Amino acid sequence: MILPAPHTKPIAVEVEGLTVRHGSTVAVDNVSFTARSGRVTAIVGPNGAGKTSTIEVCEGFSRATSGSVRVLGLDPQKQRSQLNRRIGVMLQDGGIYPTARVGELIRHYCTLFGNQRSSTELLDLVGLNHVVDTTYRRLSGGEKQRLSLALALANNPEVIFLDEPTSGIDVHGRDLIRGIIQQLRDRGCCVIVATHELDEAERFADDIIVFHQSKIVASGTLDDLRAGHEEIRFRTNVSIEIASLAQHLGFNVRMVDRERYIIDGTSNPEVIVALTGWAKDHGVSIVDVAAGSRRLDDVFRQLTGGAQQ
Amino acid sequence: MKLLRAQLGSELRVLLRNGEQLLLIVGIPVLLLTFFSLVDLLPTGDSASVDFLLPGIIALAVMSTAMVSLGIATGFERSYNVLKRLGATPLGIPRLILAKALSVVVIEIGQLVLLIGVAISLGASTASVNLATTLLAVVVGTLVFSGIGLTLAGQLRGEVNLAAQNGVYLVLLLLGGIMFPLAELPGALQTVARSLPSGALADVLRESITGTGVAPGSSWTILLVWVVVAQVSAARLFRWS
Repeated sequence: MILPAPHTKPIAVEVEGLTVRHGSTVAVDNVSFTARSGRVTAIVGPNGAGKTSTIEVCEGFSRATSGSVRVLGLDPQKQRSQLNRRIGVMLQDGGIYPTARVGELIRHYCTLFGNQRSSTELLDLVGLNHVVDTTYRRLSGGEKQRLSLALALANNPEVIFLDEPTSGIDVHGRDLIRGIIQQLRDRGCCVIVATHELDEAERFADDIIVFHQSKIVASGTLDDLRAGHEEIRFRTNVSIEIASLAQHLGFNVRMVDRERYIIDGTSNPEVIVALTGWAKDHGVSIVDVAAGSRRLDDVFRQLTGGAQQ
Repeated sequence: MKLLRAQLGSELRVLLRNGEQLLLIVGIPVLLLTFFSLVDLLPTGDSASVDFLLPGIIALAVMSTAMVSLGIATGFERSYNVLKRLGATPLGIPRLILAKALSVVVIEIGQLVLLIGVAISLGASTASVNLATTLLAVVVGTLVFSGIGLTLAGQLRGEVNLAAQNGVYLVLLLLGGIMFPLAELPGALQTVARSLPSGALADVLRESITGTGVAPGSSWTILLVWVVVAQVSAARLFRWS
C-alpha cells in the first residue's frame, strides 16, 4: 500500500491569525497553523505559553478575540453541536465528578454519543476493566488519565484534542497512551496533543508547533526542526580543557554537566576520530560517545533563548 | 429524550450517592419534624406541633433540595470542570439544565410523600389541605431557591460556595418561620424575616395545608418578586467554567 505524502492528507484544523486575550493579558498572539488528518500534531511549550488557550478555542470552549478557527470545516462557536459529535476532548484536569464510577461514567458517555462504541470496548482499550466499579477519586493518576482518554474516544472522533495526556503517569500508562495515539493516527484521525513534555512529543508527533510567550516560534516535522542541529555527545573520566579541544576540532564544544560535553554542529565520524585522538594525546578516556540530531528540548532551548520547561 | 433520561439518571446517581446531601434533603427535615412534633418545645399555642411544623418543614425541604443541594453539587461540578466536559458532548446546555431541574422535581416529590407520610403518622390533620395550591407553592419556591443556589454556585468556587450555601440555608431556616412563628421575633427582625423567601413560602404553605397563614396574599407577592430577582441573578451571574 502506498501511503499519501503528509502534505496531501486533508486539513482537519485550520487556525488563522488567532489572538486570545483574557482581560489585559494576551494568552495567544496572532497564531496560525494547520493540522491534518492521519497525523499527530504536538503543540509544545512551557506552562502558560498559550497551548491550552489555543486548543480551547478549537474545542469551542472559549472565543477568539480575533482571527478564525475551522475544525472539520466548521466554526467551533457557531456550529458547536455539530462539531461535538465529531471531535474528542481530553481536558487537562479530567472534568469528572469524584464520586462517579468508572464503568457507569463510560457507559454514560457512550449513551451521550449515541452508542457509537461499546463501554466494554473502551474499558478494554484503556485497560480499566479491573477498576470498573471504582470511583474516580480512588483511581491512580495514570488511571484517571486513561479514563479521561476513554471518554474522549466514545464517539470515534475524526479530530481529537488531548491536553497533557501523559502528564504525571507511569511508564506503562505512557506506553498505553502512546499506543492509542498511534492507532488513532493509523485510522486517519487528526490527533492534536498539547504538552510541555518535549521528550514525549518527540516520541509520537509527526508535526510539532512550538509555542513560546503566546506565539509560535517554530513549526514543522521533527526532522525540519532538528535540521542543521547535529551534534556529538560524549562523556569523559575527568574534566577536560574545552578551549583546547574546540581549537583541535574546529567546532564549538560546551559542557552540559560534570564530565559531559557536546560538540555542536556536526555528527561527522571523522570528528569522532579526531576527538578520540585528542583524548589519547591528553590522557583522557572517552567513556561513551553518541552522534546524531539534537534532542527537541535542546532545539527548544535554542529557539527560546534557554527558557525553562 | 434518551440523552435527557441518561443525564437525569446520572444527576440522581451523583446526588443519592452523596451522604451529606441525603442528610440535608431527607435526614434533617424528617428529624426536625419528628423531634419537635414529639417533644413539646415550640410556642405553637393550642394547635398541635406537627400541624404547625409540616408546612415550614416542606419549605425547608424545598430550600434544601432546590438551593443547597443543587447549588453545592453544581458549584463542585464547576470546580471539577464537569460542566465544561459535558459541554463537549451532544447533550447541550438546555438538556443539562432540564435534567438538573427534573432531578430536583423527582427529589421533591419523594420528600413531599415522605414528609406528609411521617406527619400523618404523627397525627397531623389533613382535612383542610389544598393540594393544588401546595404544589404551586412548591413550584414557585423551587424557582426562587434554585435561582439563589445557582447564583452562588455560578460565582463562588467549591468550598466557598459550600460554606455560603450552608450559611444562607441557616439564616433562612432561623428567620423563615419554620421552627417557630415569626411573631416571636423582635420587631425589626420580624420585618426582615417576612420579606425573606423562606418565611413567605412557609406562610403560603401554612395557608394551603392548614388554612392558618398569617398574610398569604403578601407572601405570594414576596415570593413572586423573589422568583424574578433570583432567576434574573442566576441567568446573569452563572458561569459554566
